[in-house]
Amino acid sequence: MISLPKPKADVLARRDAVHQGLRAIMRDRGVITDPTKLKPYETDGLSAYRQMPLAVVLPETTEDVAAILRFCHENGVRVVPRGAGTSLAGGALPLEDAVVIGMMRMNRIVEVNYRDRYAVVQAGVTNLGITKAVEADGFFYAPDPSSQLACMIGGNIGMNSGGAHCLKYGVTANNVLGIKLVTIEGEILELGGTHLDTAGYDWLGIVIGSEGQLGIATEITVRILRAPEGTRAMLAAFDGNEVAGACVDAIISSGIIPVALEFMDRPAIHACEAFAHAGYPLDAEAMLIIEVEGSVAEQDWLLGRIKEICARFNPISLKVSQSAEESAAIWKGRKGAFGAVGRISPDYLCMDGTIPTSTLPLVLRRIGEMSAQYGLQVANIFHAGDGNLHPLIMFDANDPASMHKAEAFGADILCLCVEVGGCLTGEHGVGVEKRDLMRVQFTEIELEQQRRVKSAFDPEWLLNTAKVFPLQPGTASAGPDALPQAA
Amino acid sequence: MIAPGDEAGFASAIDAAAAARTPLTIEGLGSKGGFLRPTQTADTLSTRNFAGIPLYAPQELIITARAGTTLAAVEAKLDEGGQHLIAEPPQYAFLDAPDQTIGGIVAANLSGPRRIAWGAMRDHLMGIRAATGRGEIIRSGGRVLKNVTGLDLCKLFAGSYGTLGVITELTLKILPKPEATGTVMIRGLRPDDAVRALSVALGSPFSVSGAAYLPQEAAMAVGFENTVTIARIEDFAASVAYRTEALAGLLKKFGPADILDTPASLTLWRAVRDAEPLPIQPGDAVWKISVRPSYGASILHAGHAAGLFGYLDWGGGLVFLTGPATDEAHAAVIAAARRAKGEWWLLRAPERLRLSEDAMPRIPPGLAAIRQRVVAAFDPAGILNPGRMFAA
Ligand SMILES: Cc1cc2nc3c(=O)[nH]c(=O)nc-3n(C[C@H](O)[C@H](O)[C@@H](O)COP(=O)(O)OP(=O)(O)OC[C@H]3O[C@@H](n4cnc5c(N)ncnc54)[C@H](O)[C@@H]3O)c2cc1C
Ligand SMILES: Cc1cc2nc3c(=O)[nH]c(=O)nc-3n(C[C@H](O)[C@H](O)[C@H](O)COP(=O)(O)OP(=O)(O)OC[C@H]3O[C@@H](n4cnc5c(N)ncnc54)[C@H](O)[C@@H]3O)c2cc1C
Repeated sequence: MISLPKPKADVLARRDAVHQGLRAIMRDRGVITDPTKLKPYETDGLSAYRQMPLAVVLPETTEDVAAILRFCHENGVRVVPRGAGTSLAGGALPLEDAVVIGMMRMNRIVEVNYRDRYAVVQAGVTNLGITKAVEADGFFYAPDPSSQLACMIGGNIGMNSGGAHCLKYGVTANNVLGIKLVTIEGEILELGGTHLDTAGYDWLGIVIGSEGQLGIATEITVRILRAPEGTRAMLAAFDGNEVAGACVDAIISSGIIPVALEFMDRPAIHACEAFAHAGYPLDAEAMLIIEVEGSVAEQDWLLGRIKEICARFNPISLKVSQSAEESAAIWKGRKGAFGAVGRISPDYLCMDGTIPTSTLPLVLRRIGEMSAQYGLQVANIFHAGDGNLHPLIMFDANDPASMHKAEAFGADILCLCVEVGGCLTGEHGVGVEKRDLMRVQFTEIELEQQRRVKSAFDPEWLLNTAKVFPLQPGTASAGPDALPQAA
Repeated sequence: MIAPGDEAGFASAIDAAAAARTPLTIEGLGSKGGFLRPTQTADTLSTRNFAGIPLYAPQELIITARAGTTLAAVEAKLDEGGQHLIAEPPQYAFLDAPDQTIGGIVAANLSGPRRIAWGAMRDHLMGIRAATGRGEIIRSGGRVLKNVTGLDLCKLFAGSYGTLGVITELTLKILPKPEATGTVMIRGLRPDDAVRALSVALGSPFSVSGAAYLPQEAAMAVGFENTVTIARIEDFAASVAYRTEALAGLLKKFGPADILDTPASLTLWRAVRDAEPLPIQPGDAVWKISVRPSYGASILHAGHAAGLFGYLDWGGGLVFLTGPATDEAHAAVIAAARRAKGEWWLLRAPERLRLSEDAMPRIPPGLAAIRQRVVAAFDPAGILNPGRMFAA
């Protein structure tokens, strides 16, 4: 189990005063202290970990956020920023002595500008909400995490989220022009703007993906793009992971950048087919979903080229969709993957490591061996174009031994990712989940350098404490100092 | 000049300088010494002897180069695999430099016309190794396309102009070169209409990867008689043929369009990338301004009123201006950029002007305090390129 730092006794002792202070700032609106009402906030997408917070506050304006943070800073109270709470790494997990700042009431689209192709939105707007606001005019917001219906743009900033289409369109960091960020000291900073290049250090770049360690984003300026004329998908199935991997390489090096290139192994194909009846080939060891875009003639031409390339790798089956409905059916299985695995196993851990694509066959073989060794099933779903693995490790949470095994198996997979030249997380973040594995990827000097940058924004380490950075050996402290010793 | 041949050499040179508190100028080949503010230091630490390409993996779309590798050498290597640097970094004509290092390009975060569609240089920086001002070697990022493990220090180093540390090695995402390219060109538009046309082009579904406007002086510098408004498409040949036709149709209301084929497009966009259209005189200053595209034309107007000439790239969002290196001209550029909520960089000027406070926008106080702490986090003795970005 992952340990959390010892709560600050003095803050717990001042609980009522803190509640009162927050109510005064919030004009008695949106401050939650009642335990039954706090319950929904005690966990995020990593639901094995739960902790009731000191309070939840739901600000409505940037000024509210500034006032709350200033108050917390002056009173030495820790803060946990929260969007929709879909983090799979425990990034939004509360601490006993912390105030959770939930952004859901800041859900306004502030401005849409088609001529300059940007939209300004508050942090609590959902990812899909941005596209919904502009799609009638033919535009969209590109990064598309599978959780896009629920997750918020502020949470996407926190995690630098990506999705199936980021092979072509990039992740959150590539699609944000400006951020209004409130520091722990209550300063409102305007980073970037509505233009492309910003003078000086790349503050957007360091804030995006910082998992709530540097400040709270309240308003975000995103690039919006014109949607392509159309898209179409195809399926290619193979009798081995190795050939499927080689086929991915061949497609990419031919100069075709599909908008999506997804890889599923045998267990994933079976789970998804049983769930979605998408017509997936059950005799295959590996399957690719490939999507291209453009005019109908361009789609035909590109899919024809890809078919020719696939044919060189002795596919078991090739199926090019002929209509929007057929494309939707192909995607239905993939998009329902998490639900599908949920049906065949009481619980599962969704891992998220990244590997150089050339190591794919080796990594899948080793994961198969570990699966046998731990006696736990695993299904692999993979953004093949960019090497982002999502092994789903199936276990039974009612059996503590099974859960410990699943966690150990997950950690082994992530260590393997680092060993072959990849990294611990491609899109879900470090959170509490991978915090203690950071030492596998970074040297102490490298971690210390990152901690110093964190300290430059948050000298007292009040923001999302005990996430991302491993606790110091022998203490429960993640920061350079300032944190109390373990119990 | 200290020019180590191995990575440890950078760490020990910085270590020694930090111990003695003697500032260092950091450079590659010195091509961008004219950018921003000059440094005045006793010694220079250069990456010029630390070159080479340890890893080129075309299928994985990555290349790893030591910082001192020249841009030309990186491009030649990628040529072998039919690939290219996505952000098409410029080789600015006004630098009068035959070559530049890949480390310097990344440290200055320089991107060309394709930036508008495919992102900046920093967007393709997947990993770095660097020697910090503490004389420590650190890595950030790696060689994989998606990576959110810890704080992304790569992003801070891109555009840091050697003030946090010396990048010693870097890994970039690359892409296959497109099979063909084509350009839709409309002649004779005025700036406002040109930007409107480019906005329509960039708001079209045809994946425009370059959108520029050359007013008359700029157009003449590259062989045209009248203003040109140009939009580029890069893809497979069949797509380029279809998309340029479709785009010309979409832009009909702005005027009849010519379509340039691959060779003509390559020549023209290379010129736009390298700032060749600037009607530059000896001793002139050069400014770059990044602004919301629809404000680009107003900056050209303001520049004109101050005796400056230039052109627009990035659909209007990037303005190059050149003219006499006077305080008045500098003030006019800053005022115009500020009015448009944009930002500026002084890219070439005599030392006197470059020593002015504003070679790029000042930072508001709240952020300035954080910047100071961030710089101190990497370079506590303040020995790396002091005064290069901001007056100390
Ligand atoms: C042929 C020649 C001509 C010159 N002409 C001029 C001139 O006209 N005007 C003038 O003022 N000076 C000139 N100089 C001096 C020289 O430009 C300056 O001494 C130097 O500050 C510029 O180096 P540079 O880094 O721009 O080079 P670049 O390699 O182009 O670097 C650009 C920026 O990135 C930083 N940087 C470079 N490499 C790294 C790295 N690996 N890691 C981190 N940061 C890095 C640099 O510090 C700089 O801020 C010239 C020098 C030479 C050799
Ligand atoms: C079914 C499912 C599928 C998923 N698929 C994907 C996927 O395809 N790609 C992907 O990248 N992720 C995916 N995720 C993970 C998750 O949805 C993303 O990380 C998402 O960006 C989190 O958004 P959220 O609003 O829920 O943020 P939270 O979970 O509430 O918070 C995430 C992190 O950001 C911080 N944070 C939240 N708001 C702010 C703010 N305003 N300012 C600063 N920091 C803030 C939090 O402290 C926390 O560290 C998936 C999750 C689920 C449950």
